[in-house]
Amino acid sequence: MSPRYETVIGLEVHAHLLTRSKLFCGCATTFGAPPNSQTCPVCQGMPGVLPVVNRSAVEFGIRTALALSLRINPESRFARKHYFYPDMPKNYQISQYEAPLAEDGWLDISVDGAERRIGIQRLHLEEDVGKLTHEGGVFETATRSLVDFNRAGVPLMEIVSRPDLRSPAEAVEYLRMLRAILRWLGVSDGNMEEGSFRCDANVSLRPAGAPEYGVKVEIKNLNSFRHVKAALDFEISRQTAVLDRGEPVAQETRLWNPEAGHTRSMRSKEYAHDYRYFPDPDLVPLRPDPAWVRAIGEALPELPRARSRRFVEAYALPPYDADLLTSDRALADYFEAAVRAHPSPKALANWILTELLRELDGDAAAVARAPVRAEELARLVALVEDGTISGKMAKNLFGTMWRTGEGPDVIVTREGLRQVADAGALAAVVDQVIAAHPGVLGDYRSGKKQALGFLVGQVMKATGGKANPQLVNRLLAERLPPA
Amino acid sequence: MTPTDWTRLTIHETVAAVRAGRVTATTLVEAYLARIAALDPTLHAFLTVTGEGAVAQAAAADARLGRGEPARALEGVPLALKDVLCTRGVPTTCGSKILEGFVPPYDATVVVRLLAAGAIILGKTNLDEFAMGSSTENSGFRPTRNPWSLDRVPGGSSGGSAAAVAADLAAGGLGTDTGGSVRQPAALCGVVGLKPTYGRVSRYGLIAFASSLDQVGPLAKDVRDAALLLEAIAGPDPMDSTAAAEPVQAYAASLDQGVRGLMLGIPDEYFVAGLDPEVEHAVREAIRVLEGLGARTRRVSLPHTAAGVATYYIVAPAEASSNLARYDGVKYGLRAAGANRDVAAMTARTRAEGFGPEVRRRIMLGTYVLSAGYYDAYYGRAQRVRTLIRRDFDRAFAEVDAIVSPTTPTPAFKLGEKVDDPLAMYLNDVFTIPAPLAGIPAISVPAGFSLAGLPIGLQLIAKPFDEAMLFRVARAYEAATGWRSRRPELDLPPREQARSSPPPGPVTGTDGSRWPR
Repeated sequence: MSPRYETVIGLEVHAHLLTRSKLFCGCATTFGAPPNSQTCPVCQGMPGVLPVVNRSAVEFGIRTALALSLRINPESRFARKHYFYPDMPKNYQISQYEAPLAEDGWLDISVDGAERRIGIQRLHLEEDVGKLTHEGGVFETATRSLVDFNRAGVPLMEIVSRPDLRSPAEAVEYLRMLRAILRWLGVSDGNMEEGSFRCDANVSLRPAGAPEYGVKVEIKNLNSFRHVKAALDFEISRQTAVLDRGEPVAQETRLWNPEAGHTRSMRSKEYAHDYRYFPDPDLVPLRPDPAWVRAIGEALPELPRARSRRFVEAYALPPYDADLLTSDRALADYFEAAVRAHPSPKALANWILTELLRELDGDAAAVARAPVRAEELARLVALVEDGTISGKMAKNLFGTMWRTGEGPDVIVTREGLRQVADAGALAAVVDQVIAAHPGVLGDYRSGKKQALGFLVGQVMKATGGKANPQLVNRLLAERLPPA
Repeated sequence: MTPTDWTRLTIHETVAAVRAGRVTATTLVEAYLARIAALDPTLHAFLTVTGEGAVAQAAAADARLGRGEPARALEGVPLALKDVLCTRGVPTTCGSKILEGFVPPYDATVVVRLLAAGAIILGKTNLDEFAMGSSTENSGFRPTRNPWSLDRVPGGSSGGSAAAVAADLAAGGLGTDTGGSVRQPAALCGVVGLKPTYGRVSRYGLIAFASSLDQVGPLAKDVRDAALLLEAIAGPDPMDSTAAAEPVQAYAASLDQGVRGLMLGIPDEYFVAGLDPEVEHAVREAIRVLEGLGARTRRVSLPHTAAGVATYYIVAPAEASSNLARYDGVKYGLRAAGANRDVAAMTARTRAEGFGPEVRRRIMLGTYVLSAGYYDAYYGRAQRVRTLIRRDFDRAFAEVDAIVSPTTPTPAFKLGEKVDDPLAMYLNDVFTIPAPLAGIPAISVPAGFSLAGLPIGLQLIAKPFDEAMLFRVARAYEAATGWRSRRPELDLPPREQARSSPPPGPVTGTDGSRWPR
């Protein structure tokens, strides 16, 4: 990044809400159903139909708004946004314009150890549009175009940040954090591939230290964090070059082309739509009952950053571990359930962040379906700590638990996995090993310390790995004269 | 009784005859269908006659009664529906070429309720395209004639339903009123027409013209019939967020309380230049009749009345431009030929071919007033004027129980007289526009005839959800005057009849089997 210019980024995020039905009718919202199988006269925009707002969608919006410290407007309105496009059944989209559901909040992020508070301007609800398929190429050349209205009317939440982000890294961290929170709240699955979490970026440059913003460019089609980063990097370089040449940046909308790795102009300001917004007369103003809003607020779960801080304070975890454990609500719940069963936070954190996440291929959300339950993992750690099994045995045991879904005690009992910690029994084995390896004894006496490790290994081998390593060490040390 | 006699009955008389077993639903339907076949080729009240469906429905009603099941509120009553109300399996055109061939997959809530009450649907009636007009001449298909004078308009936009009821082609009907579209044709055709309070009747399945103004309302031969129809269709609807939760009253049962002791307001602003002297005379006479029945009267002022028409012609076109955006040739109705390679051209050509001149005019007006930079000056300001108009009424209703006025400035005008002068046409609604802008109920009841024999309408306006007051005053006046005994002379000379056969062009519903439930 050129130090001559300061980067200013604002993000608009559209997230599908996880409601069972659409925003204004009772149709299902399942992804991937056969075309137009989840439609009715209302979401097909038939003559004479009327929208009726989905209470769950409003609740999800309020829940999100409260989690992001936005103010819920006592009265908000739905408005119609007009433009002609065949994926939109009514040729207007019901959205919110002048009076959104909620305004003025923030999201805290940390990038490279620096804490940033990113302002959120507004959160509103709107309906999604349908999907076009063009047979024989793109729209312009297609021989036939087909429209699927399954997605038309699926509730979307639009969250608009203030232009507070100063680098692509901050933008990506904001998106990661926001996505984590939406998932955490259970309001959206945040699935970017299926288009249920979409992002448009506004980016401008200004001379370092300048008070006013530069001309902004809107970038569309950013459907992964990687693309967001790449598109913003590209756009910053492009605008830097334009400004360095002494030319003005054109206010326009640009489309990110991930294959080519560049943005290209989609439409300029002169061709900007006049959406002719006006309040939708088919819908009454939304006036959420304050008691309902309060109840939603009281039922809010502890949010990731607060929970991470608590993990550091209450469980003395390193901040790194705490952040990882709170990257997903199910993972954090798993950790706390395990700690409740066996209060050994650091050991449990280690197990979860290494063994468990490895088995889950890093998909923390899948922990809810893990064959090893939190209480079983806690029991396994307890068995290590009380000396019943060794750390090495525990790793094998975990593998067995994962494969079979059985609890640790069952497996320990069946396979006789108890480590041998009986000094009398072990002493005999130790004596036999020493007697069988006189040469090694000689090496040891001549100062080869690693000979001791060899003998420990022999004892472990002789006991089928069940010997308590500390005890073996002690027994050997007693029998071997100091070198 | 002869078949013609059966078609002369009011709804309540018809229900009584059905209940008493004096007539079957089948006899009624056959009588009405025969009259439609004889007269509608001249009147053009109907766009679609659902003859097969009506016959099947009547058979089902008779079978029901034959099994001893109790007669429902509108059992066997043949009705006409304005063709903006969606009917499952029956073409619904809005009087527009753009919806030609559109067959809704669902019934409007009011249709569901009429069917549940046992009513029989005779067909869909003509209207000004998308309910935009005051003469039914803006129909995309053909104009409707006024039964009282065949060279005159029936009013509009619900001209087809009003003419059908006036000519005994249906026992009653439904229209929709946005700026007077039920009351004005009721006045011009000599029948009763009610615009309920906004939210009194569900709009689900009513194809929208101006969403914040549209209301479904009855057209009826007398006040009691209008009350019965409102009882059947009114009430909250989970499919319409703007339908009010307010309980529906037993309107018909409370009709006959008289007007003694009521205070009626006479608005200065409704007796002004442009009011036909014959209409003014009839309304002044009506006021004297009401006074004679014991009502007191006083002058009231509704100072923002003059702003009504201008306000309406901003709000209604703005909403229309949005509501009519969906007609693009992609999903249903007309798709213009020859432009399928380019979706923008397809949309533009479909809309240019499908919409008539008045609809195009209003879409352009509405698009303009909602444009960036003009929104506040027009739409925003018009909404503020609406509030002022509503306050005028609120102030008046603090002092009076109902307001009495003419429904229209003149009786029915000639076909073609105003088609080239939209402003003159718009001014015909000057007295009917304020009530929908204020969201309050109003009724038109027959108040005599001009020297030329044309019906004149008396308008009564009441406060929100006080339809019972309208029915009560209207019924007292109706009972004291008996204008209904006069009928349009429609028994056509043989020459006319010969020209009108073979029987009508109207098509039968595509799915005649759907009506009986």
